[in-house]
Amino acid sequence: MRKIWSVSFIFLLTLVAAYIALKFDLKLGLDLAGGSHLVFEADTSKIPAERRITAIQGVRDVIERRVNFFGIAEPSVVTSEFERKDRIIVELPGVSDTKQAVYLIGKTAQLSFAEVKESSPSAVLMPANLTGADLSSAEVVFDRNTGKPSISIQFTKEGGEKFAAITKRNVGKQLPIILDNEIIQQPVVQEEILGGAAQITGNYTLEEAKQVAVQLNAGALPVPVSLVEERTVGATLGESSVKQSILAGLVGIVMVSLFMIASYRTLGLIAVVGLAIFATITLALYKIIPVTLTLPGIAGFMLSIGMAVDSNILIFERFKEEKLKRLIPDALEVSFGRAWDSIRDANVATLVTAFILANPLDWKFLNISGPVRGFAITLALGIIISLFTGIFVSRNLLRMFVKQK
Amino acid sequence: MILWMRYRLLYLAISLIVIGSGIFGYFSWGFEKGIDFTGGVVAEYKLPDGSVKVVKSEEERDILKNQGAVELKFEKVGPAIGPELIKKTLYALALSAGLILLWIAIQFKSFKFGISATLATLHDSLVLLGSFTILGHFFGAEIDFLFVTAMLTTLSFSVHDTIVVFDRIRENQKKNKEGIYILANKAISETMVRSINNSLTIIFMLVALILLGGETIKWFAVALLIGTISGTYSSPFVAVPILVTWDELEKKLKK
Repeated sequence: MRKIWSVSFIFLLTLVAAYIALKFDLKLGLDLAGGSHLVFEADTSKIPAERRITAIQGVRDVIERRVNFFGIAEPSVVTSEFERKDRIIVELPGVSDTKQAVYLIGKTAQLSFAEVKESSPSAVLMPANLTGADLSSAEVVFDRNTGKPSISIQFTKEGGEKFAAITKRNVGKQLPIILDNEIIQQPVVQEEILGGAAQITGNYTLEEAKQVAVQLNAGALPVPVSLVEERTVGATLGESSVKQSILAGLVGIVMVSLFMIASYRTLGLIAVVGLAIFATITLALYKIIPVTLTLPGIAGFMLSIGMAVDSNILIFERFKEEKLKRLIPDALEVSFGRAWDSIRDANVATLVTAFILANPLDWKFLNISGPVRGFAITLALGIIISLFTGIFVSRNLLRMFVKQK
Repeated sequence: MILWMRYRLLYLAISLIVIGSGIFGYFSWGFEKGIDFTGGVVAEYKLPDGSVKVVKSEEERDILKNQGAVELKFEKVGPAIGPELIKKTLYALALSAGLILLWIAIQFKSFKFGISATLATLHDSLVLLGSFTILGHFFGAEIDFLFVTAMLTTLSFSVHDTIVVFDRIRENQKKNKEGIYILANKAISETMVRSINNSLTIIFMLVALILLGGETIKWFAVALLIGTISGTYSSPFVAVPILVTWDELEKKLKK
């Protein structure tokens, strides 16, 4: 009775997986869909050490806003650090004309303040003689009375004097703060502010306040960035890569299937069914998680197919031996039991390597590379799923088959 | 029963010849380093007449694009990336090798097993590195990011097979108290068909990838193929001989 349940469960699972595999789209990486991978290095040499992290955050934020301005789907902007070198990695799917993108992203952030001059028929913004260079820092503080988050800004000595003059002229008026030609804040001046320290209060959530502080810092700590790496793949190349790898994959699977059937006959056929289930579940998981499929990722998938049949081969070879010693159903169970130790130990070793290649915790002393990560993730997923199909699926299919025999 | 361990010197000779050729290749030609290591620009364009042009400078980018060429690929890597890649690779190799050694040592309750397996993976890494000096010289195979990935994958493949053989030795050890020499011969005989069959399935997939998968991952697949073959060979013919020899030496020293 249990066998029937297990087999029905496998059947149902495969159906669901097949539905998902057909229904959803695969997420393709830059090398398959076309797009650009840009790495900028930030020059933080002029930034005091304790403000480096804030400065990089600011740069990242500024770049992200510029990238979003391009209006492309799912751009990604992340930072990485290795031996005190700060990098910002920008991925732009579908962008192949990178010249303008590089120019726009690479500009140093410009922060300035403006005065509002009332003149008919509408108000005009006049750039005030106060820029990011006059600002020394910005941070989130909590208002002592209300407990609400607000942003505290500190000017340099010279900046403080300019700020005092500007605030004196503009009491009761707005003082827009502009970053990269975009107004990020329009605080109203309550009174003349002396001493070079000011506070922007308002109905901020903590997140919003942090965001404003990061933006102000980006202007206060101008960090020049330069392009150190660019990898652009045109859509044409990506398309042909997809076609080629699908063909290679199919040919490979057919060869493996023929080989398994030729070597193990009926057992081999069951392994091939197991393999088909493996491929379906894997594809479904790629789509659910979703895994961004890259060219090396496809190689990882193909390798994992080779490894998925390995557990079957291990068990079948064992079965050949055990068959001579005991009854067939017993021999089957014993083979599964004995082969499990080596299957587990061997696959854990591969998972360890896949973990290091994927570097999911973003360890700084290891590589963070999209294609390599894609390879490691598909390989690791393949191994985990193959443990399930190689053991659970094959075992139950075999049990059913052996019983009928 | 075949006494595999009788031919240990032969295995040593084979490995020395293969690795020796690699070392020879390294000192004669070195590696064909891709831009991931050297820095620079590599771009590919499909010209209006259908031909593909490879360009190694950034200046021609605009000119070619204006002439109606389609940009297939453009890669520009700064000079700082290469040295970092080497460093990070070494960290990754050391970390994986260390963790795998530890895992085997724990599973088999003996560092002898762990170190023998790790030495076999070192053997495979050297074979792979060496063969790419030769492939680089004669066929222009470059080492790049993906080659590094292939090297780490080889590490795990190699261990994969070794564990299967070691596991047999461990299992047989429980049943009878024959010396490791006999146990090792038995284990190799018992796992040989499985090792070959499994490698064949992986080889099928990789050969399909090499022949049909396109230029971008061709050499990556070749590197994985060499790693797989070497990894399969090194389990019975490098890891086990080291284990057996070690055991014998240990016993001699105790006497």
